[in-house]
Amino acid sequence: MNLHEYQAKELFRAAGMAVNPGEVARDPGTVRALAKAYGGSAVVKAQVHSGGRGKAGGVKLARTPAEAHEHARAILGMTISGLVVQEVLVSPVESIASEAYVGVLVDREGQCPVFMVSAEGGVDIEEVAAINPGAIHRLRVDPRYGLLPHQAYGLATRLYSDPGLARQGARIISRLYGVFVENGASMAEINPLISTTEGQVKAIDAKVSIDDNELFRRPAVAALRDPASESPADAQAREAGLSFVKLDGNVGCCVNGAGLAMATMDLVKYYGGEPANFLDIGGSSNPDKVVSALEIITSDPGVKVILFNIFGGITRCDDVANGILEAVRGIGIEVPLVIRLTGTNEELAREILAGAGLAAAASMDEVVQRAVQLAG
Amino acid sequence: MSIFVDGNSRVVVQGITGRDGSFHTRQMMAYGTRVVAGVTPGKGGRDFEGPDGGAVPVFDTVADAVAETGADCSVVYVPPAFAASAIMEAADAGVHFIVCVTEGIPVLDMTRAHALARDRGSRVLGPNCPGIICPGRTTMGIIPGRMVTPGPVGLISRSGTLTYEAVHHLTRDGLGQTTCVGIGGDPLIGTSFVDCLTAFAGDPDTEAVVLIGEIGGTAEQEAAEWVSAHLDIPVVGFIAGRTAPPGTRMGHAGAIISGSSGTAAEKTQAFEENGIQVARRPVEISALVGEALGR
Repeated sequence: MNLHEYQAKELFRAAGMAVNPGEVARDPGTVRALAKAYGGSAVVKAQVHSGGRGKAGGVKLARTPAEAHEHARAILGMTISGLVVQEVLVSPVESIASEAYVGVLVDREGQCPVFMVSAEGGVDIEEVAAINPGAIHRLRVDPRYGLLPHQAYGLATRLYSDPGLARQGARIISRLYGVFVENGASMAEINPLISTTEGQVKAIDAKVSIDDNELFRRPAVAALRDPASESPADAQAREAGLSFVKLDGNVGCCVNGAGLAMATMDLVKYYGGEPANFLDIGGSSNPDKVVSALEIITSDPGVKVILFNIFGGITRCDDVANGILEAVRGIGIEVPLVIRLTGTNEELAREILAGAGLAAAASMDEVVQRAVQLAG
Repeated sequence: MSIFVDGNSRVVVQGITGRDGSFHTRQMMAYGTRVVAGVTPGKGGRDFEGPDGGAVPVFDTVADAVAETGADCSVVYVPPAFAASAIMEAADAGVHFIVCVTEGIPVLDMTRAHALARDRGSRVLGPNCPGIICPGRTTMGIIPGRMVTPGPVGLISRSGTLTYEAVHHLTRDGLGQTTCVGIGGDPLIGTSFVDCLTAFAGDPDTEAVVLIGEIGGTAEQEAAEWVSAHLDIPVVGFIAGRTAPPGTRMGHAGAIISGSSGTAAEKTQAFEENGIQVARRPVEISALVGEALGR
């Protein structure tokens, strides 16, 4: 789960990090008033879960309250990466002397948190990594000790030669690690971390992603979810415990297991079709999940056929068959169903389906080809 | 031969009295796995009833279970909130092979669990994995026993049901298996493709290996390089997620393309450049293995 910049900055402030001031606004009038209160000039930033906000025109500098009003009118309601901007963050303009990058995320290879810092901040860090990898310094953190004071200071000296700035940087880096761990984050990033012409180090941007697996034990963090950033189908899938990703094709897919679900999409494409979605009903064999899955798939008007690919291990094929029947009776499905069921209680499942006039095949290739044909 | 475990492995089941734990313990025992103990805190002193009336003693702690029964492997069916702690408890008790089936464990919990397991010299398989099965000998986890049959193929996979799909074809085509290992779909897993390949390389009975990978991370690329440098038996690969959009998690916590890294195309290329035959469809896996073995 991604947080908005203003939410991440609240976490930073609560941890005692130096962060530039700012207020969230939802209308241009408020933005104008804020700019006036900040002395006339202001930075207006779109609050959406997307990188590249600046490139998309979602971040603007205003020299006057009137200009701030104009920028807010342009930004509010604009679409960035498919997301409509409903809020902007308004902040005073800073006098920037330097821009650095500080980030911490989980390193798959080292199986531990890893810090990445660079004196070349304010730009896309992936570009820095590609063009000048030597400018990025990495430090793996032993999760049992956490980030030790000398490590935080060592990272800060990579950013600042001035001892005063380095001390401030170390404090921010060390507290960033605290925010990362205490909120169950998978990534926490400041880009840029600035030093001002007055010699202050502070975060003027903030990006935090939370590990979804942490949310059950962090209700305060879970409450930060922005319902507007999620489509109704995504929300329904999350509540039903289904993994769902909407795609652009017309073959609706309902599969058990993430690997098989990906392989099924790939096979649809292999036979010349386009998958409408990724959907994994998971390992349990609750018929209700199948009903929810079918509701989600059929809510997409682009779907021309629904393909079931179930390999029963823990999942029982008869449970899936019952779920299909329940859904067919309950929600009325107008597109053809193509079903493959193999594994645990496969025979029973076939009988259940046959009773309702539905056939099930045993081969994945067979059903995928048929689904692609029916989708036209 | 099998890798990591065999018919003599003595298994303690953590979470044996839970819904999933009890069901799969009975399945494992019916297959022939030597389940010698169970652990559920607060339920020590009871007996767990296995199939055919066999009883398994339940203990409060893994240390007690190990001391009383000599268990050397564990299978963890504990809910996500407590699973990392269960792994650490097993490692602390000297269990050398720990299979963790649980899906949804917080990643930061796993950073600590993996670090402790490494220090104690314990191997963790998973988490978020279907486990390991050595056909005709033992099974630990949730892989259905009827799908496999003994034979010369070693199989390693990041996925559960996709493993079943591949094994189903292998078994149908008369290509049995030495061991099938599900290494798990999480970003931080205890046993890698390379760990499994290393073990298969030391097993004279394994004549070919199947590698089933997916988008996300670089484990397949590392495996491909290792195969090219160290392995002289045929390897057949498959990568799931060719149609996955970048930056989106595809069900498995570890299945995400970050930037331009971790794509199926990159992994397929790494396989091909290192002499691994790549199946385009799951059904081709078995055909390629058959060809490679001259059957």
